[in-house]
Amino acid sequence: MRLTGFLIFVSGKVLKAVILLAALSVLSFWLVSKSPIDPVQSYIGADAMVVGPEQRENIAAYWGLDRPPLERLYSWGAALLQGDFGTSMIFRRPVLTVIGERFMASLMLMGLAWIISGLLGFWLGITAAMKQGSWLDRLIKTYCFTLASTPTFWLGLLLLIVFAVWLGWFPIGLAVPAGGLAEEVTLAERLRHLILPALTLSILGVANVALHTRQKLIDVLNSEYVLLARARGATEREVLFRHGLRNIALPAVTLQFASLSELFGGSVLAEQVFSYPGLGQATVQAGLRGDVPLLLGIVIFSAMFVFSGNLIADIIYRLVDPRIRQGEASG
Amino acid sequence: MSKSGISYLAAGSKEVRLFKGMNLRTKTLISIGLTVVLLMLIIAGNFTLSADNISTNFEIKNQPPSAVNLFGTDWLGRDMFTRTVKGLNISLAVGMIASFVSAVIALVLGISAATLGKRVDGLVTWLIDLFLGVPHLVIIILIAFAMGGGIRGVIVGVAVTHWPSLARVIRAEVMQLRSADYIQVAQKLGKSRWWIATKHLLPHLAPQFFIGLILLFPHAILHEAGISFLGFGLSPETPAIGIILSESMRYLSTGMWWLAFFPGLALLVMVRSFDILGSNLLLLFDPHRARE
Amino acid sequence: MSMPGEVSGVKTEPMLSVRELSVSFIQYARGLKQQLLEVINGLSIELYPGEVVAVVGSSGSGKSLLAHAVLGILPGNAIVSGDMQFGGEILTSKRQSTLRGTEIAFVPQSVNYLDPLMKVGAQVKAAVKQGSKREVQQKIFKRYHLDKNVENLYPFQLSGGMARRILVAGALVGNARLVIADEPTPGLHPAVVKETLHHLRELSDEGRAVMLITHDIKAALEYADRIAVFYAGTTLETANVADFSGDGSDLRHPYSKALWKALPQNDFVSLPGFQPASGELPQGCLFAPRCHMFKDLCKEKRPKERSLRGGKVRCHYAT
Repeated sequence: MRLTGFLIFVSGKVLKAVILLAALSVLSFWLVSKSPIDPVQSYIGADAMVVGPEQRENIAAYWGLDRPPLERLYSWGAALLQGDFGTSMIFRRPVLTVIGERFMASLMLMGLAWIISGLLGFWLGITAAMKQGSWLDRLIKTYCFTLASTPTFWLGLLLLIVFAVWLGWFPIGLAVPAGGLAEEVTLAERLRHLILPALTLSILGVANVALHTRQKLIDVLNSEYVLLARARGATEREVLFRHGLRNIALPAVTLQFASLSELFGGSVLAEQVFSYPGLGQATVQAGLRGDVPLLLGIVIFSAMFVFSGNLIADIIYRLVDPRIRQGEASG
Repeated sequence: MSKSGISYLAAGSKEVRLFKGMNLRTKTLISIGLTVVLLMLIIAGNFTLSADNISTNFEIKNQPPSAVNLFGTDWLGRDMFTRTVKGLNISLAVGMIASFVSAVIALVLGISAATLGKRVDGLVTWLIDLFLGVPHLVIIILIAFAMGGGIRGVIVGVAVTHWPSLARVIRAEVMQLRSADYIQVAQKLGKSRWWIATKHLLPHLAPQFFIGLILLFPHAILHEAGISFLGFGLSPETPAIGIILSESMRYLSTGMWWLAFFPGLALLVMVRSFDILGSNLLLLFDPHRARE
Repeated sequence: MSMPGEVSGVKTEPMLSVRELSVSFIQYARGLKQQLLEVINGLSIELYPGEVVAVVGSSGSGKSLLAHAVLGILPGNAIVSGDMQFGGEILTSKRQSTLRGTEIAFVPQSVNYLDPLMKVGAQVKAAVKQGSKREVQQKIFKRYHLDKNVENLYPFQLSGGMARRILVAGALVGNARLVIADEPTPGLHPAVVKETLHHLRELSDEGRAVMLITHDIKAALEYADRIAVFYAGTTLETANVADFSGDGSDLRHPYSKALWKALPQNDFVSLPGFQPASGELPQGCLFAPRCHMFKDLCKEKRPKERSLRGGKVRCHYAT
């Protein structure tokens, strides 16, 4: 019974997501078809001089660009359903392959930042709440609010100036050989390129978790059950470990999962600053150079990425919170 | 909930200690005053700083910060302080237009969701899900591409992505107002919808809308700067902060740190000012909500 | 006539004595105007071993804060003045912190006072200071007829009666000499109310002093020895339960008389007007605006507490 309830819940979520994705696909397709940027020109790129008008027409026909938008949408949608996202114009390889490769690189970056910012933010939030009103609390709050107003790419530039230009510990941009792929670069080399962008995203990612955790813990400390615990002689330390962590851990973890959207946005900027060959950089290139299939693919993929985060957050809540878990079992 | 009101009192308490010796009201008014003055100075700077400062002058190129050129000069000998102030103004203008459009979208959708029945409400919720379901930057890139770049693309992109949070606030506010006793009474008394809307709803919504608008600025400006930095939208002829920073990247390896440091810091200060302004107004207007 | 403290004819020292207690808070309203809220002012009360003293007053009058003040768990911004003694010694905040959960026990008002994410058995165990936590918890569960499997339940799974027993049980983990029960019976089934109050009565019969904070004057009359009438942050009268009888002429304060008359079994006439809010207390007697004995002096001077006919009263003209 509990399993069925769970399955109904998940399939409901997935169904909703599928409808959203479908709407998103149509909307995105309509948007790119409105673009005045000529995809053929993007495809040709620097070879523009040597490509004649007939060749242009051939290329347009090859990509199906000569057909009416609705027909294109239909064939694109039909291909999507079969898992075919088309071919990237700038990478000249299947969109899914490009996204897969790039995403693995981004995943390392985002994953590292996700874990570091989560742990650090959680810890800062607890520290601030336990010392609410103190100079330490004010310092942490100021730090978090300042971070929330800090442009990601500017922080990246600062780290670049300090660690790459002044200290010379890291290479300045474009350090991965052009077209250099995962297998050609050693692990140490990859780590070296990972550190600064991951640091940028970690520093910025702290703010959200920290402020949220701080507020949650303050709410817990003002709660009636903590009042009772104190009335029964619990010390502040006991209150934190017995009631605090228990009640703030779940919201913090789910918040981290639900904030993948911001993380993705941040990685686009960080990858650009550090020339990190991830999905974010591919997004920028696809947008700037008019690689329509890749851009559409990334829009859909990023939506699925965000959705997965939200779904995981929801699932964790249902699995861990006894009020939902037991409620399902008994009803 | 506690009948004693303990938790509520406790919440107000910490502010007292925070502003030792100073009344919270005074402190809030001072914060509001200072941020307004700062923002006015930025705008005034746009008109008082001479355009000559940013014409090419190779005699003073690549100068580090000094008393004459506070923020240094760039590779063309342009004064970075002047460029920064003018860049801030461009960002400010773009951010304001985008936030305003976004806030209007939020107002219309929020009120519609709260008043036009379950279906419209469901549709608006669905739209919110849709726009929160894709990273903002990706949507903005998509829209910027769709509109062929340019300043219009940035404004539309930012406007279209920033309304959901405010729409939710307005929806909740209208819902609450609708069930409020005095509105129910007004309806029973046969007052027209228009009368209720202008006499009761607007006075309550106006400050919410206004403060919500101010709180949208920081996000809007940051996204505008981000998208310009990436090379979408604004062109080098409209050197917003994002463009200045993007150009500076090429000169970082030569050690010209001031090209990136000051413009970014200025942007940070401006964004933070708006944030402080908005949250202090909210605190002044509605201390209970501000706590959340 | 039995004087308080003359339990079985032997004069004993009060277990708890509170004199001229005041508690206030600073609060911010819209526009951030600052105001000082005096929630308790000049309150005095005494509790002797073996008795139940009910503090009776309408909801939201700040009665709970009295309990929090005795326990020393008021929020940090509370400004407290006055004198409190426990067992004949001054109750400093340091003493409070060692006495909480050991000699002074607290019974809260609702299941909201249990951590929603923690099993109730563990919550009772957590409160145990001495001895084997497991044994103490099991002994108490047995005393209150709580099944063994109840300890594995979460608060939201408890029935109203079970939750009540758990809350009372938690107060018994130490060797409490003073039990403070803060509105232990709001919105409960009459049978559960009866059971809970019976448990509290039992505790006092075992020699403890019990402070029962409640708005339910009927229940208080049934289970308490003395009643302190709480109004606008202070006690207007402290009377023996026996004084609440007949036409109420044994009572001292006009407000207590009005309360007594308002009961369904009596005249069932409620007193017009409202209790003043803590921000808007009158200059003189707190009850003056609603008093039928009101004279000029009442407007100017707040009456001090004085002894009268074996009780205490705060009125210029009470006889």
